[in-house]
Amino acid sequence: MSSAKLDRGPDGRGRYGRYGGQFIPETLMAAVEELTAAFEAAQHDEGFRREFEELSRSFSGRPTPVYRADRLSAKAGGARIWLKREDLCHTGAHKINNALGQVLLARRMGKQRIIAETGAGQHGVAVATVCAKFGLTCEVYMGVDDMARQAMNVYKMRLLGATVTPVETGSKTLKDATNEAIRDWVTNVRTTHYVIGSAVGPHPYPLMVREFQSVIGREARAQMLAQTGRLPTVVVACVGGGSNAIGIFAPFYDDPVRLIGVEAAGRGLNSGAHAASIVGGRPGVLHGSFSYLLQDEDGQVLATHSISAGLDYPGVGPEHAFLHEAHRAEYVSVTDEQALGAFHETCRLEGIIPALESSHAIAYAMPLAAELAADDTVLINLSGRGDKDLDIVRGLAGA
Amino acid sequence: MATKTSISFAGWPARERRRIRLRVTRLESTFARLRAEGRLALIAYLTVGYPRLDLTPTLVRAAAASGADAIELGIPFSDPLADGRTIQAASQLALKGGVTVARALEMAKAVREQVEIPLLFMTYLNPILAYGVERFCRAAHEAGIDGLIVPDLPASEASDLRRAAEAAALDLVFFVAPTSREAAIEAACEAASGFIYCIAVTGVTGARAELDPALLPLIETVRRHTTLPVVVGFGISRPEHLQALQGKADGVIVASALLDAIAQSPGDPASRVRQFLTGLRPPP
Repeated sequence: MSSAKLDRGPDGRGRYGRYGGQFIPETLMAAVEELTAAFEAAQHDEGFRREFEELSRSFSGRPTPVYRADRLSAKAGGARIWLKREDLCHTGAHKINNALGQVLLARRMGKQRIIAETGAGQHGVAVATVCAKFGLTCEVYMGVDDMARQAMNVYKMRLLGATVTPVETGSKTLKDATNEAIRDWVTNVRTTHYVIGSAVGPHPYPLMVREFQSVIGREARAQMLAQTGRLPTVVVACVGGGSNAIGIFAPFYDDPVRLIGVEAAGRGLNSGAHAASIVGGRPGVLHGSFSYLLQDEDGQVLATHSISAGLDYPGVGPEHAFLHEAHRAEYVSVTDEQALGAFHETCRLEGIIPALESSHAIAYAMPLAAELAADDTVLINLSGRGDKDLDIVRGLAGA
Repeated sequence: MATKTSISFAGWPARERRRIRLRVTRLESTFARLRAEGRLALIAYLTVGYPRLDLTPTLVRAAAASGADAIELGIPFSDPLADGRTIQAASQLALKGGVTVARALEMAKAVREQVEIPLLFMTYLNPILAYGVERFCRAAHEAGIDGLIVPDLPASEASDLRRAAEAAALDLVFFVAPTSREAAIEAACEAASGFIYCIAVTGVTGARAELDPALLPLIETVRRHTTLPVVVGFGISRPEHLQALQGKADGVIVASALLDAIAQSPGDPASRVRQFLTGLRPPP
């Protein structure tokens, strides 16, 4: 923990310390330059900000509340646990914040076609939702394995008018869906905006996603001050690519608040079947940026596993790599089994069905709360609701 | 070997470095000879280990004997995001067959003993980072490789690899695309050595029927910024493509179409390579 001011980045080259950058085919370079300029102009445009804020309120349902989870706190014993209720957003997760921001930006840029990748389907549903609202063509790439385990979200995207394109290559999950989306973008870059769903990809994506998601942390910070009279002791969020985590962390950078990112340890870090990029990987280049990556000795990207499709990704946003190296945030991991335990506890003790992704954060926060004092507070980003995961949980219960 | 200079010119502008090189590289002499003959350079791409590791030297020899003026050897990567279906599938098969950077280097060494034409490595950045940028460049040079092509490395991110390639006397090729802005074209031309890789289409690799009409103006723009040879790739698959580029470009790269041909004839891929390349450009 540090209260010194963090040089938050990115620099002019899209770097967070040594991480980030633009490692992409030349065909896309002009598009990311155009996007960088459009994003900078939009940030300084009062009209754009007003539209984003107004739709965040009336369409997405912001602000979301913070909620004091008394029975989870009592069960943990120790610090008081609070939940930032992103599960109450329209479409059921924080993903709508970024989808709305980027689609508004695409409209400003005159792009009529939107593409996206999705893992759990939450980002895909969010993008399909905003595209329906604005009458834009939407195509979502999704690994066939993810389509099988998140069938309801596939159905939702199609209801919303999006084309869902199955990806059969490689791991058949989020990594390969991202490859296919990038290939589509390389081919249709003149007419198409690619809405990346996490804080990954070439600059300016990690920056844009952080800025659109930072509404989570700004609200939570003000709400905690108003309702508890002070800042939380610790903020905990799950990290796949890291968009919900960067969104809640960023407004706390200059505060004396511990920030903890929880990665997916899957069947255990030693099993090889996990998705913990920072805890279990080393730096490399994938999908346009230099960051932590699960890779073999030869630089080939490894297959990953997590019970949660949204965390099942071998990379992580470059700003997280930087926060890790700068010791401003701590990165830990919890297993499928621990996450599933926290899922059930949250259902039964609080009447909230959390996403399996968010359950990773809860699973780490419970024992952490037990070690802290009674007047400490742990704020967890409850990034999404668990309706999409019911088939998986039910399948495990029946097994 | 590509060059034999004992003095380091690292840090000098590429244009200056080229001027003061003490010996011409294999790529330079090849392009100079072809230019004098008024012929396009035909560069054949082969994925190392496709369809099998032990076949790669045979296929390189077959290509060299059938009109290929240089060979691009692809070191497979798990996530080739600039590549279409053909090279994706070849890469996956090669990786399954056990191709590693170390094996690709051994393969290059073996191939170098059998052919005299320029050899280039094409791979994505991450396998190079994992091997170590300087170590990779030194090893590639020692194996007899003349140049590198890295499709996810634009000139603006290339300073480390440029330094290492320069120190190891390897040429480093950069791309220009139909979408490139003039400033990016200028930067690629300034950073590149060997040749400029001109992407023929807005898209990923893969055989295509037609050439993009925007290609010729792009070549002209590149010519305004460099005297390096201009080589066209992505989609090149038919004799008409070569005829259309005769006198316009300095060379072409044929990749996916060649791999597609190999895939059609698993029993005798070497004959298929010969047949395809001589069909693409009949021998003089």
